[in-house]
Amino acid sequence: MALSVADVQAGQELPGRTVHITRATLVQYAGASLDRNPIHWDERFATSVGLPDVIAHGMFTMAAAVNVVSDWVGDAGRVVDYGVRFTRPVAVPHDTGADVEVTGVVKSVDEAAKRATVELTATCNGEKVLGRALAVVALD
Amino acid sequence: MAVNASFAGRTYPATAPYAVGREKIREFAEAVGAVDPVHTDRDEARARGYRDVIAPPTFAVLIAQQCDRQLIVDPEAGIDFSRVVHGEQKFAHHRPITAGDEVVGELHVDTVREAGGHAMVTTRTELSTTEGERVCTATSTIVIRGGE
Repeated sequence: MALSVADVQAGQELPGRTVHITRATLVQYAGASLDRNPIHWDERFATSVGLPDVIAHGMFTMAAAVNVVSDWVGDAGRVVDYGVRFTRPVAVPHDTGADVEVTGVVKSVDEAAKRATVELTATCNGEKVLGRALAVVALD
Repeated sequence: MAVNASFAGRTYPATAPYAVGREKIREFAEAVGAVDPVHTDRDEARARGYRDVIAPPTFAVLIAQQCDRQLIVDPEAGIDFSRVVHGEQKFAHHRPITAGDEVVGELHVDTVREAGGHAMVTTRTELSTTEGERVCTATSTIVIRGGE
């Protein structure tokens, strides 16, 4: 069951979450997405090209963040439009991994079109890793 | 290290069809932590009106990046892949990508810009089924970091 437009108002906050990322997460995403760039799993390679450590795929962070929207609206197929800017890489240290905090808020509701726009915020160590992260959902 | 600005406006022919499989959707959904059963449970997907399980919202990147590769490996484009970072990504879904779809992508180079010593290339991949039904427009901006 997807959310009804009557249940959605601008300013509404979505239930947020913390996404824990380890090296295993990145290897799994590399396999599933076919993005096998070694900066995402080989620390020696990543540091040799000037990165602080292995970094998460931006597309992993983008995908994990929108789960907040899919779960809230009740059907992942209702996410009709989704865009982000990658503002800062997420370094994933071997020992600790990384935590990305994701929150979302409804920016606007188009009652005639039965669509809402959600703005997502994703931070790691207090710094934004996604910018202008907007998802449009189709409501009942 | 100049990216070839004359590439703006260029279009690459459609790629070979990508067959969207139920198990690939499951694997991708698990990898990104997408727990909506619409990705894994066919009956649930059908109950919601889909033909079969549907892919998570960013799955299209898997097909779009295969199309983008045509530009990145084109020697005339002048793109040094080791200096590429992903700047921006957008998906406009015309309908969810569904298991059983055969998807082809047509790559368009929309803009090539230089700013602050870096080059920025925005590409748009129009994904459609082999029957010609549009499924997704994926827009990507890559940044090619300038040399020191």
